[in-house]
Amino acid sequence: MTAGNRPTSSSLASSKTFQEFPLNPYIANTETDVKDMLRSIGAKSIDDLFVDIKPEHAPRSFNLPAGLSEYEVMRKLTGLALKNSNELVPFIGGGFYDHYVPAASSALISRGEFYTAYTPYQPEAAQGTLQALFEFQSMICTLTEMDVANASVYEGGTALYEAMMMAIRITNRTRIVIDGGVSPIYRKLIKSYTHNLHFEFVETPVAHGQSDRAAFEKLLDQNTAAVILQNPNFFGAVDDHSDIIAKAHAIGALVVESVYPLSLGLLKTPGAMGADIVTGEGQSLGLPLSFGGPYLGFMATRRKYMRQMPGRIVGETVDGEGRRCFVNTLQAREQHIRREKATSNICTNVALCAIQAGIFMALVGKEGFKNLARLNFDKAEFARQEIAKIKGVEVKRSSPTFNEFTVSLPKDASDVVEAMIAKGFAAGFPLGRYYQGMEKYLLVAVTEKRTKDEILAYAAALKEVVKP
Amino acid sequence: MKLIFEKSVSGRQGLKLPVSDVPVQGVLPGKYLRSSDAQLPESSELDVVRHFTQLSQRNFSVDANFYPLGSCTMKYNPKFTEKVAALSGFAELHPLLPQLRGGEKYAQGALEVLFEAERWLCEITGMKAFTMQPLAGAHGELTGIMLVAAYHKAKGNKKKYIIVPDSSHGTNPASAAIAGYEIISVPSDKKGVMDLEKLKSVLTDEVAGLMMTCPDTHGVFNSQITEISRLIHSVDGIMYYDGANLNATMGRCRPGDVGFDVVHLNLHKTFATPHGGGGPGAGPVGVGEKLLKFLPVSRVVKGPQGIFALNYDYPDSIGYIASFYGAFGVILKAYAYMLLLGQDGLKQTSDHAVLNANYILSRLKGAYQLSFDRVCMHECLFSASKQVARGVHAIDIAKFLIDKKMHPPTVYFPLTVKEAIMIEPTETESKESLDAFVEAMLEADALSQKDPEAFHALPKTMPISRPDETRAAREVKVNCFG
Repeated sequence: MTAGNRPTSSSLASSKTFQEFPLNPYIANTETDVKDMLRSIGAKSIDDLFVDIKPEHAPRSFNLPAGLSEYEVMRKLTGLALKNSNELVPFIGGGFYDHYVPAASSALISRGEFYTAYTPYQPEAAQGTLQALFEFQSMICTLTEMDVANASVYEGGTALYEAMMMAIRITNRTRIVIDGGVSPIYRKLIKSYTHNLHFEFVETPVAHGQSDRAAFEKLLDQNTAAVILQNPNFFGAVDDHSDIIAKAHAIGALVVESVYPLSLGLLKTPGAMGADIVTGEGQSLGLPLSFGGPYLGFMATRRKYMRQMPGRIVGETVDGEGRRCFVNTLQAREQHIRREKATSNICTNVALCAIQAGIFMALVGKEGFKNLARLNFDKAEFARQEIAKIKGVEVKRSSPTFNEFTVSLPKDASDVVEAMIAKGFAAGFPLGRYYQGMEKYLLVAVTEKRTKDEILAYAAALKEVVKP
Repeated sequence: MKLIFEKSVSGRQGLKLPVSDVPVQGVLPGKYLRSSDAQLPESSELDVVRHFTQLSQRNFSVDANFYPLGSCTMKYNPKFTEKVAALSGFAELHPLLPQLRGGEKYAQGALEVLFEAERWLCEITGMKAFTMQPLAGAHGELTGIMLVAAYHKAKGNKKKYIIVPDSSHGTNPASAAIAGYEIISVPSDKKGVMDLEKLKSVLTDEVAGLMMTCPDTHGVFNSQITEISRLIHSVDGIMYYDGANLNATMGRCRPGDVGFDVVHLNLHKTFATPHGGGGPGAGPVGVGEKLLKFLPVSRVVKGPQGIFALNYDYPDSIGYIASFYGAFGVILKAYAYMLLLGQDGLKQTSDHAVLNANYILSRLKGAYQLSFDRVCMHECLFSASKQVARGVHAIDIAKFLIDKKMHPPTVYFPLTVKEAIMIEPTETESKESLDAFVEAMLEADALSQKDPEAFHALPKTMPISRPDETRAAREVKVNCFG
């Protein structure tokens, strides 16, 4: 066997001499095995197996560094990990929060039986994954007070996009009304996906507080497929959307509500408000921040719409002996059956993240979940009061908030954030990043992990930084 | 096995929360509060650990079982990459940090991982640049087709159709349809590759592009690939490479060199990151020069002082396709895997994946009907037609294998072959594992001749026997509350 065609045009470091055996640690074949196998095949060499790849198909370059030992890779990547700071005390959220990840949930999803399994297409050999996902779906249903949840989609933003498409399919209408308080990241994402399609998007004006009722009154019309809301919204404002939802239903539109699941330990549920489709980012359910992913998109809906919901759904049934068991169900919605007529193109989801969130909810439990939500609320309220004491800083109080709130600063929020970094704080998210005219506003998140001392130190540092 | 809800005992809690060190704040007005508690289970930590440990024991997994699912690439997932992803400098890093002014310097390590992983993928595939953002293969497909649409829109091309071979993954037509295209399906010829004449007959100026897996789901590398590229390019169509099967050809052929303009890769296949019982995956998308300017934002760039930064300033970009920079934890594991294997190791994985598949092919072709009698790439495709004649179907053989504690191959896919049995052993399996599998398959064939009826009661050794899937779809009980 030859090392192949390797001109040296790349800037990546050049490889050392190719050495055939021993192979890399993830291949078991020995020289003897290879000989035996080739004899069975009737081929002289491995190269012979690649007859269909003609010389004209050969790589013009394949110039990569030589492999390293496990220790060398660990050392290199530990070095890179250390370049990322854990020193900054985080007061940054924006929909993604620094919550505690319990050791037991990390340990359980590190079991190879969970993480090295595939999609449960053979139910007899996958009851573990299937039951864990069924339990996750049940937890999402009770949390949101909806009838049916799927087994996950990629993340909160793509979940919202899938929900919007679902509403368009159900209503056969093309106009979307989005609340200006929906995460700007999610709104950008939805727009990219539908850029090539013929939908009409309208947004209500951005306000710090609750949804703008008058704007919805004006924008809803007979062609509205979906109203998209978020609670708490991007600014942390808590709302009861029942009235907007009733108005949307009166004109035949569906309502998609994006929620922050941890807040549902305390807040009115989208189910109780009357939402038709509920989505959210499940990172707050015990998943690490991990620089943006993998995360956990979840979706829930009413029973009457479940056949239009994308993604895998696990259902209960019985086996030949009448024993309860679980299977992927309603698969006629999915791409591997329906191809271009499927409800979505989704195949791989984030099953392991869903199982991790399920384990988290099981650990925290009924009372703990309430208390955890309450703790987040209390800490943020305390921080809000402390920050409000600072001269020149105004805390928006037009509506209740959950664990995140907006403050107005006497100077550019990015300048303030930069100065706060020097004092050891990731002080929050400057809203000017996504909203023109809001350059002096800062979005501050406070989770159960922030101590009273950290909050007081933050307020003291902020006071210093904003001093004229 | 009982549900965690059924084991719940009022008063238990499996995680100790901190005692609040701030005064209890006032309550929200009642209209903002939920009226009754969420009915989450109540358990001690051990209750939860034992429940989920026992659940895990009801799974087959690569760690415990041979798992030759065709097209899914269930190779071994190295343990050290899990350790890398759990390092707190990565796991606890907030994605918005580098978007703060002055915040980038606190995320240099993570940005370097993204930047370097992209460079590796470029060299492996022969593409100019990658977006690491797509969160799975199908998400990559959708992103790729959005890039195709942006290209045609910018050129003022009037395009309507995406061509897919009939052997394609279901995600291909689904992704193209969602992006706004109509689908033309082209049949395969007798050799198992796309029928070139049929392709020519559907080729018009309205064709936006062709989506192709190469090698395809028949396990065959299409030798006419450069000719196909030429044809598609002749109508200004875009060649889309579904990277599900890149694991067969690393170091032997790069999609960028044979005419592909856009590729997605499944890091959870070729680059050994775990499948997690269905996810998370990662589906980075690479492009050549034509589609470069349309890539999603943000992109990671390296500044003159070697400082990594996020750049959003690409006016022709299709915009955001994920909230952040991709399934970072997955990308990190794939990067660690690439660093360990290096150039030679990556080529070896392809070589031995192909060797292992051909070995199985050579041993089973007497007993099972080979769909295309030729060497295969990383997977071999049989039909259970001989066994069906005796009353034993592909699904029955699958259940037989489950009793042998082996995960069955993919069955009934691709749709082009009746009673398909698609076997992908991967390079990480030893000859002993392959031999044991071959013996089991031969035993199944022997049993199909002797006692075909026996299959219907299988599997017998698992916690459950065959589930009633019809009932599941009819009664639809999808949560424990009713």
